[in-house]
Amino acid sequence: MTEAVEPAEAIERAYREEWTPLLATLAGQLGGDVGLAEDAAAEAFAAAVAEWPGRGVPSRPGAWLTTVARRRAIDRLRREATRSAALDRLETLMRDDDTTDHEPPDRSGVADDRLRLMFTCCHPALALEARVALTLRTLGGLEVAAVARAFLTTETTMYQRLVRAKRKIKAAGIPYRVPDADELPERVHGILHVIHLVYTEGHVASTGDDLMRVDLCQEAIRLGRLVVELLPTDTEALGLLAFLLLTDARRSTRTDGRGMPVALEDQDRGHWDRSLIAEGTAILNRALGLGAPGPFQVQAAIAALHAEAPHWDATDWPQIAALYGELSVMAPSPVVTINRAAALAMADGPHVGLALLAGIDLDDRLDRYQPWHATRAELLARAGDAEGAESAYRRAVELTPSAAEREALEARRRRILGS
Amino acid sequence: MKYMLLLRHEPTAGPAEGTPEFDAEMTSWGEVMGELGRSGSMIAAHGLDTEATATTVRIRNGESLVSDGPFAETKEAFFSYIIIDVADLDAALGWARKMPNVTYGSVEVRPLSSHEQNG
Repeated sequence: MTEAVEPAEAIERAYREEWTPLLATLAGQLGGDVGLAEDAAAEAFAAAVAEWPGRGVPSRPGAWLTTVARRRAIDRLRREATRSAALDRLETLMRDDDTTDHEPPDRSGVADDRLRLMFTCCHPALALEARVALTLRTLGGLEVAAVARAFLTTETTMYQRLVRAKRKIKAAGIPYRVPDADELPERVHGILHVIHLVYTEGHVASTGDDLMRVDLCQEAIRLGRLVVELLPTDTEALGLLAFLLLTDARRSTRTDGRGMPVALEDQDRGHWDRSLIAEGTAILNRALGLGAPGPFQVQAAIAALHAEAPHWDATDWPQIAALYGELSVMAPSPVVTINRAAALAMADGPHVGLALLAGIDLDDRLDRYQPWHATRAELLARAGDAEGAESAYRRAVELTPSAAEREALEARRRRILGS
Repeated sequence: MKYMLLLRHEPTAGPAEGTPEFDAEMTSWGEVMGELGRSGSMIAAHGLDTEATATTVRIRNGESLVSDGPFAETKEAFFSYIIIDVADLDAALGWARKMPNVTYGSVEVRPLSSHEQNG
């Protein structure tokens, strides 16, 4: 049944290559109605799944999908045509419609359409979680079920959440356009934040027993590349991409054969992906050369220093501590302070790190903050306070949601405290 | 698209009447409302008297209930509304950001319902 396999491959390939351009083109033609564009694109792929195995793969799959999607959009608008707003769009579409195949998604303007799509999906008027979900669905082409898995929720719930978000885009008049120059930096920052969240979600799954979700990591990098392609001189976009690549270079060594997490200190540096490190470093240098420092560039610089070090003890800790110091000015957060404390401890001894940890002002939330306890445990152990370290480890373990990370933390406690 | 900007602030927030800050804010209101009027986007704008003058009506089980005060006790009181007609949400948010009370109160931006959009 080789004929049956080929259409399946062709559909998979078309999905990979055509989903986002198709969606972006349709959204442009439909006046920014992302919801309608997505429904029509999904129906076109469903039609391909139903028809290609029997009729064969069309000679131009992209054009076929565009034609079908446009017709599905027209059908839907026709059904809603009692609403006058839909009528206008219907008229425009029908005027353009003819019996011949449409051109495949227009690749010349597609960068602009994709950029518009991205700004629409990442609009600050949408809840942050909705922005991440919409971005994964529309720009990442993830199935609703896959987006639901990323958020550890059911497909029905995610479907409803996406419907609500798309309804708001339409009803509240969230524009399908690239913001004006004065708004742009803030809005790009929002997009980078969404991409960073997608990566983080993949890098350390927030709950559940899987430590990493490789598909989300790869998706984030793909989106990062897309932003850089669209905004090649945005230094923070470059910084984020460099950071993701440099972090991803270590991905295969972050877990052992059983899927247990391996600390940076113990990772097999021979298996770090040198080509990703080279690419990440080059992109970082390009960003730094443009002379507009920012938090993602600093994080990429830290990742680059780790990547360059031949082994843990040869890491340039004073430099890393200094970069965390800069980061704590640009984008202060408890995580940054904790990482800075750990780096300072490596550079100047555990007591220096512990002093910084003691100064974090998180009031009663501190007791529920896992990284604070975990780092403290490590530094107390190194400072010779076995009892203090023991109780800090216990608290950190209690607060760790992932089973794999819990076990790794236990193993570390046993190794360092020898009990 | 038509949007209503619902302007709120806590009754004690913002500059007190008779202070230079109050006069400066009045000037700002004059400027932004003038700019809005000249832009051609303005449909309606009205200030409301204080919450102390509000009366709320409900009918429950056929019985009319009239009570003193606004529909809900919140810290921020609804004191004014403006209806504008602009291209999209970004434009509406742009006007919302210019409202002087936005620095100590809030401006909620709501599209008019789809039936109102063409009316």
